[in-house]
Amino acid sequence: MVKVTIDNIDVEVEEGTTILNAARKIGGKIVPPAMCYYSKLAGSGGKCRTCLVKVTQGSDKDPRPMPKLVASCSTPVQNGMIVQNITSPEVLETRKAIVEFLLLNHPLDCPVCDQAGECDLQDLSYNHGSSLTRTEEPRRTFEMIDVGSKIKLHMNRCILCYRCVYTADQITDKRVHGVLERGDRCEIGTYIKNVIDNDFSGNIIDVCPVGALTDMTFRFKSRVWFTNPYDAHRACPKCSGKVVIWLSGNKILRVTGRKDEYGEVEEFICNECRFDKKEMSDWIVEKPRKIKRNSVISQNHYELINKYGSHG
Amino acid sequence: MSIKILFENIDVDGIDSFEVYRKLGGYNSVEKALKNMSPEDIVEEVKKSGLRGRGGAGFPTGMKWSFIDKAPGKSHYLIYNADESEPGTFKDRHLMQYNPHLLIEGLILSCYAIRSNTSYIYIRGELMYVMRILEKAIEEAYANGFLGKNILGTDFSLDIYCHPGAAAYICGEETGLIESLEGKRGNPRLKPPFPALNGLFGFPTIINNVETLATVPWIINNGGEQYAKIGIGKSTGTKLISACGHINKPGVYEIELGLSVEEFIYSDEYCGGIKNGKKLKAVVAGGSSVPILPAELILKTAKGEPRLLSYESLSEGGFETGTMLGSGGFIVMDEDTSIVKNLLTFTRFYRHESCGQCSPCREGTAWMEKILNRIVEGKGNEKDIDLLMDIANNIEGNTICPLGDAAAWPVQSAIKHFRDEFLIKPEIV
Repeated sequence: MVKVTIDNIDVEVEEGTTILNAARKIGGKIVPPAMCYYSKLAGSGGKCRTCLVKVTQGSDKDPRPMPKLVASCSTPVQNGMIVQNITSPEVLETRKAIVEFLLLNHPLDCPVCDQAGECDLQDLSYNHGSSLTRTEEPRRTFEMIDVGSKIKLHMNRCILCYRCVYTADQITDKRVHGVLERGDRCEIGTYIKNVIDNDFSGNIIDVCPVGALTDMTFRFKSRVWFTNPYDAHRACPKCSGKVVIWLSGNKILRVTGRKDEYGEVEEFICNECRFDKKEMSDWIVEKPRKIKRNSVISQNHYELINKYGSHG
Repeated sequence: MSIKILFENIDVDGIDSFEVYRKLGGYNSVEKALKNMSPEDIVEEVKKSGLRGRGGAGFPTGMKWSFIDKAPGKSHYLIYNADESEPGTFKDRHLMQYNPHLLIEGLILSCYAIRSNTSYIYIRGELMYVMRILEKAIEEAYANGFLGKNILGTDFSLDIYCHPGAAAYICGEETGLIESLEGKRGNPRLKPPFPALNGLFGFPTIINNVETLATVPWIINNGGEQYAKIGIGKSTGTKLISACGHINKPGVYEIELGLSVEEFIYSDEYCGGIKNGKKLKAVVAGGSSVPILPAELILKTAKGEPRLLSYESLSEGGFETGTMLGSGGFIVMDEDTSIVKNLLTFTRFYRHESCGQCSPCREGTAWMEKILNRIVEGKGNEKDIDLLMDIANNIEGNTICPLGDAAAWPVQSAIKHFRDEFLIKPEIV
């Protein structure tokens, strides 16, 4: 076990743990935001740079500070390391700059985006961004692509976190999905518009931190904060069958994996559960799902409705 | 006449053939090393020589070699970084094209030093014709027993493979190169782990610049101490400088480190002065990524001392009033040059070459180019200049690999030294 101090809070973690995961062990406000890191996907992280932190003491052995800000998701802790996240103005300034970069070409079409309300980028920009924009350049645009009949790729919204690429690579067997081109011309794609044809392809929707990959069976049906999430399960021969169903009245509008407070699914689910099982009789409902995140949805709108009625 | 180490025989007719090269003492160092020296001796000699990486960063080569995990029984690789693609730098191409055997000789010694039995030459895709030259030289070296199994009857074996890149600047970055060599998209890796621990195919790997390794045969033949006597202070030896721009004699020159910039630009032995007798305006001293300096700061440091071509002297004053030796791409601009238009060219290059993996570089380089485009069209204002500086500052140091820094430095320095020029008036037609 090694001891590390993050924003003046001590924590003991196993050797090889990253700064981000050590911070998650402490929890709360000092956890750096992460747009590309996904603990269930090997090799992810390091790309979005939102989790940059300042290391003011490398370790007990070598107390020198690290010369640059480091990506907390991919830097392992050392015994005696001292890290500053929200206590460092430099880190917060840099994070603001990163948010600006991420939003530079983002269409900001939240009012018509299905992800709004549960969007990591939305949360990130409310928490760390600036309310003013400094760009007057035209934004880059792409045509929308249907990745098969169930998934819509809206590349304009993509922040190139590579999560879906890792998902396609690691949990589906036939890889036809990757990043084309380079620089700001990068796009997620299935060269020559190949369909992602795989039982687990739907998980690229769950891992997407923004609204670039959306579920076509749910598209434009409802704003997420008007739906009630419930934990549910079924005996599925392909996956664990443990999902969250999102209800409007008694209708299942969509099915997703169970996401934790950092937006990561507990278990990947199969396409049959996700896209085809939309009847209440398909599922055994367990209990209302508590969404522990900081966006609109976690204001627990539905709980308030239950408590005070729809105008509460 | 100054000392020539790399260019000693470069003008000899037929030096690219094994016979001529061998007749002039080529491969003697290999014989000497394999028969009388241990790998550790070679590392020691190179350490003594003070040789520093010629690719841009200037890291001591001997030190780099000693980091590698040399445990016997474990594969490790040496990669020759011949992906020379920095605008303004064309020194390695010259060396590879005209004296290919020198590189192979250097490679054998270096592989022996780190006990590597496999080596890859990763060559820039545009230089296909140079790769053919190298491949022919490698074939000749195999035929004469300097490559392959049991070289010169010793138990040291070595195979060399040439691998062309697909024309991406980013693959000159160590880990981008490794990814590309493994057949993947050339996205630089997160460091640590560094390649010396976990590199090509997961094995310890050393990556060196062409010019660096081409120097090793001379060091083995003449001794590290002898090499350390050349040059100035910690900048030992000679360096290839590829000079271009508004000078009378553009080309690749081998200089002894410590030569004054003034002499290099104006003497007839080197650049031969500014074209058409014009005045010097600015110099980018080490390839497009290093900060640009105005004439008064490139000829003399802020302290008023003459500026020398050495790692230390060029970086005197930090990035406030100094620059870097970098890869030795020496771009000279006369009084009529538009610094802003030149900066736009550089920035367009970095935008095009950014791999797009991490957000500051992907978005920032494109944003800077768009703003510069506006400025060049005469539609910019004071706020744009501040914004440009701000973007560059936000990219610098926050990216995975040094491409972000390389894109930011030219912008920062051009604004610092030539701010007035950024307010271009719209041209009246």
